[in-house]
Amino acid sequence: MSTTVVQQEGPAAVTPSPTVGSHVRDYLRRVRGGDLGALPAVLGLVTLCLIFSIARPTFLTAGNFANLFTQGAAVTLIAMGLVFVLLLGEIDLSAGFASGVCAAVLANVVTVLGYPWYVAVLAAVVTGVVIGTILGFLVAKVGIPSFVVTLAAFLALQGVVLLLMEEGRNISVRDPVLVAIANRNLPPALGWALFALAVAGFAAVQLARYRKRAARGLVNDPLVVVLVRIGVLALVLGLAVYVLNLERSRSVLIASLKGVPIVVPIIAVLLVFWTFVLKRTSYGRHIYAVGGNREAARRAGINVDRIRISVFVICSTMAAIGGIVAASRANSVDPNTGGSNVLLYAVGAAVIGGTSLFGGKGRVLDAVLGGAVVAVIENGMGLLNSSSGEKYVFTGVILLAAATVDALSRRRAAATGNR
Amino acid sequence: MSATPLLELRGIDKSFGPVQVLRDVAFAAYPGEVTALVGDNGAGKSTLVKCISGIHPTDAGQFVFDGRPVSINNPRDASGLGIEVVYQDLALCDNLDIVQNMFLGREKRSGIILDEPTMEQMAAETLAGLSVRTVKSLRQHVSSLSGGQRQTVAIAKAVLWNSKLVILDEPTAALGVAQTAQVLELVRRLADNGLAVVLISHNMNDVFAVSDRIAALYLGQMVAQVKTTDITHAQVVELITAGRTGGIGLATEPANGDNDTPADSTAGGLA
Repeated sequence: MSTTVVQQEGPAAVTPSPTVGSHVRDYLRRVRGGDLGALPAVLGLVTLCLIFSIARPTFLTAGNFANLFTQGAAVTLIAMGLVFVLLLGEIDLSAGFASGVCAAVLANVVTVLGYPWYVAVLAAVVTGVVIGTILGFLVAKVGIPSFVVTLAAFLALQGVVLLLMEEGRNISVRDPVLVAIANRNLPPALGWALFALAVAGFAAVQLARYRKRAARGLVNDPLVVVLVRIGVLALVLGLAVYVLNLERSRSVLIASLKGVPIVVPIIAVLLVFWTFVLKRTSYGRHIYAVGGNREAARRAGINVDRIRISVFVICSTMAAIGGIVAASRANSVDPNTGGSNVLLYAVGAAVIGGTSLFGGKGRVLDAVLGGAVVAVIENGMGLLNSSSGEKYVFTGVILLAAATVDALSRRRAAATGNR
Repeated sequence: MSATPLLELRGIDKSFGPVQVLRDVAFAAYPGEVTALVGDNGAGKSTLVKCISGIHPTDAGQFVFDGRPVSINNPRDASGLGIEVVYQDLALCDNLDIVQNMFLGREKRSGIILDEPTMEQMAAETLAGLSVRTVKSLRQHVSSLSGGQRQTVAIAKAVLWNSKLVILDEPTAALGVAQTAQVLELVRRLADNGLAVVLISHNMNDVFAVSDRIAALYLGQMVAQVKTTDITHAQVVELITAGRTGGIGLATEPANGDNDTPADSTAGGLA
């Protein structure tokens, strides 16, 4: 065999620059190939909203829309942390009670011990970090399956909540800053200012990326697609801010009630931050790698144990933040904070949003979309005066449906070679 | 024929507990040439490769790389010298795209942000340099690639880092006919680009198709290292299965040395 080096153009040069049409076709091909992305969650959300707003017109009011955010906030925050654990194909069953323990610490520090709110928040977050470190160590270094470790922690942390609450006492949280988190709203003008900031920031990032890639002659999304993306974000956010800024008080004379709930920017900032970590840092890349093929990651020189411990730390820390929001919303912490269905709702939110239970696939945005679906179900069924029993059954069915979509799309993707 | 080998091993011994896996092994890989490493299962091919790549420390012996004696104690030493191994099971992440896989663990960054354009450009240049034209987009997931394409990505990953020696562990074992031809062509091209290539293979057709030299291991001993043109298909098979063929290999009678066989002539004891 002699030198058969034929001068060929590089693969990047061979691929034609995509047009709007090819972009759409490419997307449809991916969806048919089992890479559904956010599609099931968005479709589910729209369907549920339609059903509930037909059955109960109050569902569509501005007041109820604002309720959705505060109702779903805690579960969404816990789900954001769970996405990291799920990306490795692990599970954290203790996230719900971890949030309960952190909320109990918060309440004890701020109400019983009388420290300022920031000390209490810090204590709660540190508690989350400690819980996560212990879980991660047991999973990664000792080698116990995460299912068992976190199932044990589920039980133990439930006990810790009871101990911190001195057997079932209820500790109220009256600190104005803490109460404001889930119960107060931003002034309408500030809401619009944050909206402008978010859209401008997104546009700047998208356009900078487009120009950078174009300057280097790399394959780029068509400019129209980039602009549509920015436009859609501006439209959705703008509509949300507009509705939330409507007056939703029944009697304006007593108290005006309007503006974006304070939890919304908190969730948005965490969403942007964690998305940045996952998509734009090598740490995030390594999380996907470990989730996709642990052995390959190890051979690539990635410290797999450190990645595995860190995701449990992130999960429990986000659970702590979820616990703080839950305590704020209830104005108190009781032994059931973070208990009952919180964990299942959070896992459900992540999976409904499109994060795979098999690891390697998922986004932080999934938790927010899935959290919205869970909140809509909870809220809508409440408006329909459904019993708790009916709610549980319905939510269970939705979770099962999401897991089915995950498993089937994975099979389809394997068949078409997409994943 | 290149005058000096890029990598030369002398007198390598390696035992796992009481089992001596490698016995006084000598081995050389030349730049611009494909050296096929053959041997039956358990002959010590994988162990030898793991010694070269720093996964196993050797018990005795010398490494000479580019004319200077070196010590390879861990994988980092090996990659520091420019030695890259493409393993049989590929070590690619299905859920990442081609660029992400090629840079896995060694991502280019500006500040703390991943520098995707630079990585994509470098990946494109590397694949173009290897005349790879079978992949559609650098941003497609590795899971959507065929076996041959995956092997191509794994090889491209190995040469991305200005490596000088690439060791391929059975790169065609799981491939069809057309894909095997594709990968072999790529292997040949690596050598033509001036790299030293070590190809581990059980497939004699592959070995004779691309290799310049053949090194045969038999029960932990290097029984022959000869030019591919000086040996026949049947002789290689005999070396693999019996450790000797004609005047080549382990000797029970004095070998008439027409080759650079470094075999330990007392250790054989074979009929």
